[in-house]
Amino acid sequence: MANRTPLYDAHLSAGAKMVDFHGWDMPLNYGSQIEEHHAVRGDCGMFDVSHMTVVDVTGPQATEYLRYLLANDVAKLSIPGKAQYSSMLNAQGGVIDDLIVYFFSSSDYRLVVNSATRDRDMQWLNQVASDFNVTVTERPELAMIALQGPQAEAQLAGVLGTQNFAALAGMKPFMSAQVGELFIATTGYTGERGYEIIVPAHAVVGLWQQLLGAGVAPCGLGARDTLRLEAGMNLYGQDMDENISPLQANMGWSVAFEPADRDFIGRKALEAQQASGHSVLVGLVMESKGVLRHGQRVLVNGGEGVITSGTFSPSLGFSIAMARVPAGSDTQAEVEIRGKMVKVSVVKPSFVRNGKSVL
Amino acid sequence: MSSIPKELKYASTHEWLRNEGDGIYTVGITEHAQDLLGDMVFVELPEVGANVAAGDDVAVAESVKAASDIYAPIAGEIVAINDELEDAPETVNSDPYGDGWLFKIKADDVSEVDSLLDAAGYQAVIDED
Repeated sequence: MANRTPLYDAHLSAGAKMVDFHGWDMPLNYGSQIEEHHAVRGDCGMFDVSHMTVVDVTGPQATEYLRYLLANDVAKLSIPGKAQYSSMLNAQGGVIDDLIVYFFSSSDYRLVVNSATRDRDMQWLNQVASDFNVTVTERPELAMIALQGPQAEAQLAGVLGTQNFAALAGMKPFMSAQVGELFIATTGYTGERGYEIIVPAHAVVGLWQQLLGAGVAPCGLGARDTLRLEAGMNLYGQDMDENISPLQANMGWSVAFEPADRDFIGRKALEAQQASGHSVLVGLVMESKGVLRHGQRVLVNGGEGVITSGTFSPSLGFSIAMARVPAGSDTQAEVEIRGKMVKVSVVKPSFVRNGKSVL
Repeated sequence: MSSIPKELKYASTHEWLRNEGDGIYTVGITEHAQDLLGDMVFVELPEVGANVAAGDDVAVAESVKAASDIYAPIAGEIVAINDELEDAPETVNSDPYGDGWLFKIKADDVSEVDSLLDAAGYQAVIDED
């Protein structure tokens, strides 16, 4: 039987259509994924992301371990609670997973990694940890809700009460704070302001019901995908995997090559790739009728690429995509859609932020 | 679960037909089909006046999830299309048997309709999926 989060029954009673997501029974939508999408862009929505894997890393060598394990450099983090987008790579520079790391102290960190890659991630984290004085602890007893949208702050303040919310008021993006039994971070996967709230499993249903009662729209995986794609955020397994380096997945900004003397897994392979050249991830926009889809062929500058993620953008009213193509692409490309070649524009892979088009 | 009106005929590929008299039939997709596809974002309809054979792919329903061909359940001439869907494709989701109709076809041979499924037959098709 598939895994269920503690919110499974709450999803059913909210009318969710459930689907299998890498071994988890998760809500696809609660009626209309487009309405859920608009709720997040214009108001506030919430997602059950309890299937994601929370891992705490502690011990005297926690910093050394993470500086070797991750492509981004945790030594850049100095404020307790600060978050950083990162990835762990194999020796060939391929992405084993992308993740967020939270810094508490040089001997205390938290990672949030994908659920689809859980087994591989845990095996890798433990394998690399064997050379360091660290403790790697998975936290399956924790659940997680992502509360996202322009009204997320007001809604969370309402549910927590002024006193509890004081610790969060005015918190900048990519920070976190512990409020009672809630671990609350200003992170997300939608391109809107909002929070990811890690909460003990026994308390998650209560929090969900409070937010629901306050008028927050429950949102499923369907809306989560259109929101993250509009925001230009990668989906592991689709936009990158163990055969794709962060340089080929528009994640170069999250790789810290400085300081030059920091050795991290995959570094040599990435440096070789920088020297020899590599494919890149771009954005595609198609304002004519039709929808760009994963797997469609892209012709650009006489070269060929492929759409890694494509969808109809509910915010823009036309189709957008991310595609991996040869470097140095033109501003125009053609995509093969159901046997026909259709012209599309090539843009940076970011389409909508904070409710507005960034095209 | 999903509604299957008794008075309609069905194709196993999830289209429905309503008899409008004079050999003309309105065609749409079923409640079950729209539910499988999810939120509709474009509907591509045939040309009025086109002559089609049973089983021809004559329209495309494109949802957030996938593009799906819609087949002519019978042979005939397309005599009308639902232009309203151009601006409101979501009508296919909200009212698949009503305002979300796709096109009207004038049958070459009305007896062809008899070989289509009735509501019970279509229910059996869904149950097998």
